[in-house]
Amino acid sequence: MPAPVIVARNLVKRYGDFAAVDGISFEVAPGESFGLLGPNGAGKSTTMRMVGAVSTRTSGDLEVVGLDPDVHGPEIRSQLGVVPQSDNLDTELRVRENLLVYGRYFGLPSRLVATRADELLAFAQLADKGKAKVDSLSGGMKRRLTIARALINDPRVLLLDEPTTGLDPQARHILWDRLFRLKEQGTTLLLTTHYMDEAEQLCDRLVVVDNGAIMAEGTPAELIRRYSSREVLEVRFGSDRNSEVAERLTGIGDRMEVLPDRILVYSDNGESELVRITEAGLHPLTSLVRRSSLEDVFLRLTGRSLIE
Amino acid sequence: MSGDVSTGVRSDTARALAAGRRSRRWGAWYVALHRFRVMRSYTGTVVVAGIGNPLIYLYALGVGLATIVDTDLDGVSYLVFVAPALLASAAITVASEEFTYPIMLGYKWNPTFTGMSASPLRPTQIVDGIVISVAVRMTVNLVLFFALILVFGAAPSPIAFLSIVAGLLGGLAFGAVLMGYTSTLEEDTGQLAMVMRFVVLPMTLFSGTFFPLSTFPIWLQWIGWISPLWHSTELARVFSYGYAEPIWLTIVHVAYLAVLIVVGWAWSRRIAVRRLNR
Repeated sequence: MPAPVIVARNLVKRYGDFAAVDGISFEVAPGESFGLLGPNGAGKSTTMRMVGAVSTRTSGDLEVVGLDPDVHGPEIRSQLGVVPQSDNLDTELRVRENLLVYGRYFGLPSRLVATRADELLAFAQLADKGKAKVDSLSGGMKRRLTIARALINDPRVLLLDEPTTGLDPQARHILWDRLFRLKEQGTTLLLTTHYMDEAEQLCDRLVVVDNGAIMAEGTPAELIRRYSSREVLEVRFGSDRNSEVAERLTGIGDRMEVLPDRILVYSDNGESELVRITEAGLHPLTSLVRRSSLEDVFLRLTGRSLIE
Repeated sequence: MSGDVSTGVRSDTARALAAGRRSRRWGAWYVALHRFRVMRSYTGTVVVAGIGNPLIYLYALGVGLATIVDTDLDGVSYLVFVAPALLASAAITVASEEFTYPIMLGYKWNPTFTGMSASPLRPTQIVDGIVISVAVRMTVNLVLFFALILVFGAAPSPIAFLSIVAGLLGGLAFGAVLMGYTSTLEEDTGQLAMVMRFVVLPMTLFSGTFFPLSTFPIWLQWIGWISPLWHSTELARVFSYGYAEPIWLTIVHVAYLAVLIVVGWAWSRRIAVRRLNR
């Protein structure tokens, strides 16, 4: 077993009385793609900043590539690529120049940086945009440039904080494709997200975080198996009737969640539950049977939806 | 295999320890290189302003205004009297450009400092790099300005070139403190414009720039004494035309400016550490 790249034990970050991160522990193995999943304000970004050696922890143990961020901040950061939540590219410089100056921060020779910059622009599908102004790029392009910049030092670990938030579906898919390639090449990924589909696509293993603490840990499939059923039946009776109807659905499915706009019935066979509902003389306006997702896991663990 | 047999250190740890070394030593310089590249995009402005401004001021004041200033000040022509002061205030102008909006930009508007601090650079190196880059730009401006003073024949002393150093000291003294102040601003709701209007402008008028500080009543002269511009102007005059002042006063000028540089610089570094580690 190779030594883990990141080891966090009882990690705590306090701001005054408020604990943004309240005793989080996890390990990330080399080449693994590890996700922190949770709603906004759960403490994901704070955890990322501590791992990224730009935020000093209040207590607990933290090791990144075998080093303590309190002592070896620059050394740890030399091995990381960081994609922050909001882009901080230098808009006073051109696209390619952003990579050139950033590469120098790592003490890399300018010729090496120039070669890598061209390779990474190609990887980020921005080869023809090298001389463009940063502000002329679309949101998706800026994200890809930020990822290219994060790769300029050939990092051991790539930290991605909400990598696709705010992007349109097409731009998200392009970005996922690029991240998936990195994963295939063996880059260790640590990412935060509040998108279930993103976590399912990119993470080998993840922790569900809420209020600064870990609620559950496992692979996406394990978590779904443990905290949800195989299928979910979604029925809608109209927003004023859902809760009233729900009372009459007792005994249907393994479990039920009543949301303002719909009722979720958890079961291994959604279709047969739907038949039972209609046989009971209830006729939903719409119905849908789908596979369980991490969204359901989160709902089960916290009683809340991820995106409210 | 991730272990290094000879030292017992993991290979990724060893790699990190080696990779951090260059940035620890040269980080500030890398930031300066970044700033030079940004400045390159407004080289035109730097050069035109660097030549145009001195020309206009030297001509308007040293030649134009001089015709109605009938008495020679300090025993030299008005042009010779005012030239080192204009040189010193040019450095203040550069400082008030480079240590205000670019700092707000880096922390807030286009948070490049956050980006830099995710790399091996330390917050203190970001501050150092900016100071280095501005010092270089300021020196370029001062050299251009001094060359024009020579063209106007307004620097009689053989050691007149040292007025460039005086200007640099003054510009950095004011700039370092200004950078500290700007760094404390979470938001600019007009504070920087106020600094320009109520600090930079009055300082230029009340620092013995256009007429000796002694012209003022004693209760107004304190503005000059605390003003880095007054100290750098007087120092520049000593070098430029051998303005006679007690040697202790010359030492006070240098010491005062040096203290402001050290204090402002340290203040800026402190705030950078606080703002970039949250």
